[in-house]
Amino acid sequence: MNLSLAKKTALLAAALAAASGASAAGKLEIFSWWSGDEGPALEALIKLYRQKYPAVAVDNATVSGGAGTNAKAVLKTRMLGGTPPDSFQVHAGQELIGTWVVANRMEDLSGLFRTEGWSKVYPKDLVTLLSSKGGIWSVPVNVHRSNVMWYNPAKLRAWGVTPPKTWNEFLTTCAALKRKGVAAPLVMGENWTQQHLWESVMIGTLGAQGWQDLWSGKTKFTDPKVVQGFTTFGRVLDCANKDASGLSWQQASDRIVDGTSAFNIMGDWAAGYFTTTKKLRPSTGFGWAASPGTSGTFVMLADSFGLPKGAKNRAEALNWLRVLGSKAGQDAFNPLKGSIAARTDSDLSKYSTYSKSAAADWRKNRIVGSMVHGAVAPESFMSAFGAVVDQFVASRNAQAAANAAGQLATRSGIGR
Amino acid sequence: MKGLSRDRLWSVLVLLPSVLLLAVFVYGFIGRTVAVSLTDWGNDPAQALALNPVIRPVGLANYQELFTGFLQVRFRQELVNTLFFTVFFIAGTLGLGLALALLLDRNPRGEGLWRTIFLFPMSLSFIVTGTIWRWMLQPQGGLNQFPAVLGLPPGRFEWLSSTASIWGLDWNRVPLLTAAVVALALGVVAWRAARAGNRTRTLVAGACALVLLGWAVFVGPNVQLLPAPEVHGFNLALVGIILAAVWQMSGYTMALYLAGLRGIPEELREAARVDGANEVGLYRHVVFPLLSPITLSAMIILGHISLKIFDLVYAMTGPDNTYTSVPALNMYLTSFRQNQFALGAAIGTILLILVAFVIVPYLASAFRREEGHA
Repeated sequence: MNLSLAKKTALLAAALAAASGASAAGKLEIFSWWSGDEGPALEALIKLYRQKYPAVAVDNATVSGGAGTNAKAVLKTRMLGGTPPDSFQVHAGQELIGTWVVANRMEDLSGLFRTEGWSKVYPKDLVTLLSSKGGIWSVPVNVHRSNVMWYNPAKLRAWGVTPPKTWNEFLTTCAALKRKGVAAPLVMGENWTQQHLWESVMIGTLGAQGWQDLWSGKTKFTDPKVVQGFTTFGRVLDCANKDASGLSWQQASDRIVDGTSAFNIMGDWAAGYFTTTKKLRPSTGFGWAASPGTSGTFVMLADSFGLPKGAKNRAEALNWLRVLGSKAGQDAFNPLKGSIAARTDSDLSKYSTYSKSAAADWRKNRIVGSMVHGAVAPESFMSAFGAVVDQFVASRNAQAAANAAGQLATRSGIGR
Repeated sequence: MKGLSRDRLWSVLVLLPSVLLLAVFVYGFIGRTVAVSLTDWGNDPAQALALNPVIRPVGLANYQELFTGFLQVRFRQELVNTLFFTVFFIAGTLGLGLALALLLDRNPRGEGLWRTIFLFPMSLSFIVTGTIWRWMLQPQGGLNQFPAVLGLPPGRFEWLSSTASIWGLDWNRVPLLTAAVVALALGVVAWRAARAGNRTRTLVAGACALVLLGWAVFVGPNVQLLPAPEVHGFNLALVGIILAAVWQMSGYTMALYLAGLRGIPEELREAARVDGANEVGLYRHVVFPLLSPITLSAMIILGHISLKIFDLVYAMTGPDNTYTSVPALNMYLTSFRQNQFALGAAIGTILLILVAFVIVPYLASAFRREEGHA
């Protein structure tokens, strides 16, 4: 009997150890808005994590909805309610900093960047965008480019025009195309794509440095150069279609394919749409160039993950961030997502023709952040800026628009 | 102790949970929203989402910002949008519903089938309606293609994407107009009281009307809400949304009117015919007056739907199209995207007041009627 009791005790102890071992391996909840087309890319990352940490139960808490509109609302409820996810997706830069970092709700990741040696493999301009108040706040997984002008090479040849290099040249080309009967040489879509266009025009007018000064507060929005940018934007709008607000960005891209319009300024997710959905070949079926006035500048936006204060499974979340930032992680994720790696040492053989050219630019261009996609402006600015653009579209009063943008910047604490 | 009989105790016990829940989740939250709208929560991004945010009371500053602030043009346009939407939505729904009911009241063949068909849109949610109509009103497809079927050139109307607007009105004129409209209403009250022979009522209403009119003529023009004129009008893109909303809800008014029409006893109609009324006179003097209570209750239901409409607009033109936006959308965006919780709460409170304008007079009249019966 004694023996069996000892056996029982041993068994119990073993069972307890196993149980506590399992709880130490723990759980990890990943909060993102990657569903549908982007789901497989996220799955590839999770698979990689599972290989490294097989004992951890991964909870993929995806809230679907384009650009995270629904996910962000859910996230706010959870953060305010005191149950943050272990790690959540956010557009890198001010969208995170202006919302969560200023509210003191995020952990500083500069220690992680140091131990993993990431400061060496990420471009310096990118790390600057991720930092504020002496900390680095999120780990970027991928990079998209926002300043790309898409066109249909065969159609441009037929019309006898080339992709313009500056906005003035663009206006000349636009006039030429109008004379040839193209009603709307430029196609744009719903509200946010108009802001997307505004951003490209502004950077093309102010230059990369001028754009950065605008967000650091060195240049005011009421500066004559900004007013000039708005004026140019107004003249560019005269080249665009009138039914914009009824079109999604995909429908707008369709007009490039069918030759109704000549140019479209859109981020490089358009490349995925052209190749995967429209079955077009890069360079022949669709062509691209940096948007006018921005060659040598890479306007970037990135998806990234951060670590909220009070995360339940902090150690697992840190391991997740390590996987995200690793070369293997980025090369598993990005070819599937249609973006490029934020790291400069990624394996280019895995990427598409377009992505290869973007990755080459990523390594040598000047990098600045996108406003409409959350890199340089906080949510409070971005969300209200749409109304400023709409008002400008209706009134075409450049000075009034610049004044309104200036007030908005003051309210959102830009340059403070 | 008659007041605490067993029955009464039971009824109190049974009702208590729902009364408590209502007190907390309806009235408590309304109170909290109003309280938040009087603070600066969210104006400083650093405090908006902090764990223990510092929130200071600021009085009515948020309301002042909404009505006169330079950055809140969108909200003012939304109020104007709501006004036009409500008027056209109610008029369209009542008109179409009544027309359908009158048709069905003539007992056409297959009446049950028609009734189901007309009532069917109501079983859809506004989100579904919005999605269907967005497809139909696409710039190049849908309704604009109708003439093409007959060999005519396709239509050019930009149903949901138009940026044109008509009947523009400077926002600075709003206090003036409000005073004039209220004065006119008071004048009507005074006139009716005079006809009914109620002297004090005539005098009070008349005096108030005169004071307001005086203000509107002499002081009103000098009130400057905004530094520059700001024109708001009826955005033509709303036409598409009104169309979809009327399609969705006119089956409901048809059902109401049909029930009312069937409730009118045949004897009344026969009596009218015997008295020499023709068909038009029959409807004008007998049928329509009997339907007026139905019209009133339909207007209340439709009115509050139109004031708080959100999902239909979200589905048809998206949250960021300022030409078709409504206050409920703005409240959502202000609170959950811009993190301006106090400003969002202020918009919510204004919506509540607008709905109260519609509901309270109805409730008051309903209570009075009940007491009259008791």
